[in-house]
Amino acid sequence: MLADRRHFLLAVRCFAEMKVTTMRDAIRELVRDGDMVALEGFTQLICFAAGHEIIRQRKKDLTLCRLTPDLVYDQMIAAGVCRKLVFSYAGNPGVGSLQAFRRAVEKGEPRSLELEEYSHFGMVGRYIAGAARLPFYPVNSYLGGDLPRVNPRIRQIQSPYGDEKIYVVPPLNPDVAILHAQRADKNGNTQIWGLTGAQKEVAFASRRVIVVVEELVAESVIRADPNRTLIPGLIVDAVVVEPFGAHPSYAQGYYDRDNAFYVEWDTIARETAGLNAWLDEWVYGVNDRAEYVAKWGEKLNALKPGDAFAEPVNYGEYK
Amino acid sequence: MEYSQNELMISAAARELRGARVAFVGVGLPNIVCNLGQRLHAPALELVYEAGVFGARPARLPLSIGDPTIVTGAASVMGMPDLFQYYLQRGLIDVGFLGAAQIDKFGNINTTVIGAYAKPKTRLPGSGGAAEIAVLCGKILVITRLNKRAFVPRVDFITSPGYLEGGAAREKLKARGRGPEAVITDLCVLRFAADTREMMVTSLHPNVTRAQVQANIGWQIRFADALETTEPPSAEELRLIREELDPQRLYSR
Repeated sequence: MLADRRHFLLAVRCFAEMKVTTMRDAIRELVRDGDMVALEGFTQLICFAAGHEIIRQRKKDLTLCRLTPDLVYDQMIAAGVCRKLVFSYAGNPGVGSLQAFRRAVEKGEPRSLELEEYSHFGMVGRYIAGAARLPFYPVNSYLGGDLPRVNPRIRQIQSPYGDEKIYVVPPLNPDVAILHAQRADKNGNTQIWGLTGAQKEVAFASRRVIVVVEELVAESVIRADPNRTLIPGLIVDAVVVEPFGAHPSYAQGYYDRDNAFYVEWDTIARETAGLNAWLDEWVYGVNDRAEYVAKWGEKLNALKPGDAFAEPVNYGEYK
Repeated sequence: MEYSQNELMISAAARELRGARVAFVGVGLPNIVCNLGQRLHAPALELVYEAGVFGARPARLPLSIGDPTIVTGAASVMGMPDLFQYYLQRGLIDVGFLGAAQIDKFGNINTTVIGAYAKPKTRLPGSGGAAEIAVLCGKILVITRLNKRAFVPRVDFITSPGYLEGGAAREKLKARGRGPEAVITDLCVLRFAADTREMMVTSLHPNVTRAQVQANIGWQIRFADALETTEPPSAEELRLIREELDPQRLYSR
């Protein structure tokens, strides 16, 4: 059945216009129980819309990868969809701790959580090796620290060209990447600006790619500014249009981070009951992102920034 | 002029940036420190954020390490692979700031776990970029409040190495970075002895006693022979902090 599904999806790829789909269908088709999922995006473009849909569909035993698990993984850990975390910084950025993550690690609630821990550079290196199909990636890091002691996958090798030893990390190849972006065309050619984190590397490293965008634009818009295309449609399986899909994180030029919510989360998540009530209201209690956005109402529009346009560049016409 | 402990920490740390060209900035106090340092002590200072920004010109106080205000108006914005490989690992960063849940007498820093790693009493966020900042930035400045829970004889976990067991232990790593240079606290400034690499108090803040400092450190702390008194923040430093860098007083109160 799954193999049939895969063949079906491959066939779908041949008809590019059919990549555009709903979040519900994209998650149902492309995220399977037990998958390794990388829902990436460094502080901006974190696709909470996809995280919430994964929770609603009650996916099981996922291995979740992210440099910074952030609130989105705290919510997914609390909802019990996550078995293992591959990460480098599990804090509430600018606020403090991730309370659900801490409960899982310190008390095994709601279930125990396996950890595979790196530094940021180690995680970035893992994605680079995964994207380039390399057996490992060398980093001048980890010297003198305890991370290699608790994570045997961080290893030291002898340089083949000199006396020095260097730490290496293994490739990371998630089953599915879920990446939020400002815009894409119907073929999945995706443009991101502002902080691009490791979005490009994650996309190339992963077996399946779901792109979620603020705006679907004409192919001509993408082709008019090809330097900005980070992810080619070639490796994209599904395109989902979901305005405000990254809230409470942000999308450069579209909306600001909802800092008040990041601060509030510290209180919401402190007790299991409060956190579950929040999930009931804001995740299980809405059908999709559109309902979530409507429920926030005008508050979200208040996060829109003023304009700061770049000067257009001249690519030149060569005939 | 009256000032808060945070304002004193900010102004003392900013003076450590004299002569620095490129600083790796953290959120919160280090951000204000770097912006103050740029205005007063190191006019050519470029701010680098691990999120992928070189030459940031934040128009408001960034509230997270990846606040959109560090992007708008920056000299360059890039993916994290470029930032970590070509700026940090290549050796372009002079100064890095680290915070600490625990720091020991040799400047080793723990932000990973309190207790055993496999069964922690308190799980902390972890390294982020700290493990590489500690070995790849030219020098490290630590800004943290002095208390016995944080200043321990030996950290439970070395997230970011300082001078390890002291003496020449760090040199054997052959790391680019020289290691922690100063620890700026709310009561004093500490540095590391040239031979043993043990932390010692080199400057007491105004009206702070040796006993007060010792009461907040978990081992017998040494005081430098030429113990100084920290210069309080000037009127100009206070004006910049209050009116321009942190007008909402989020970090400097």
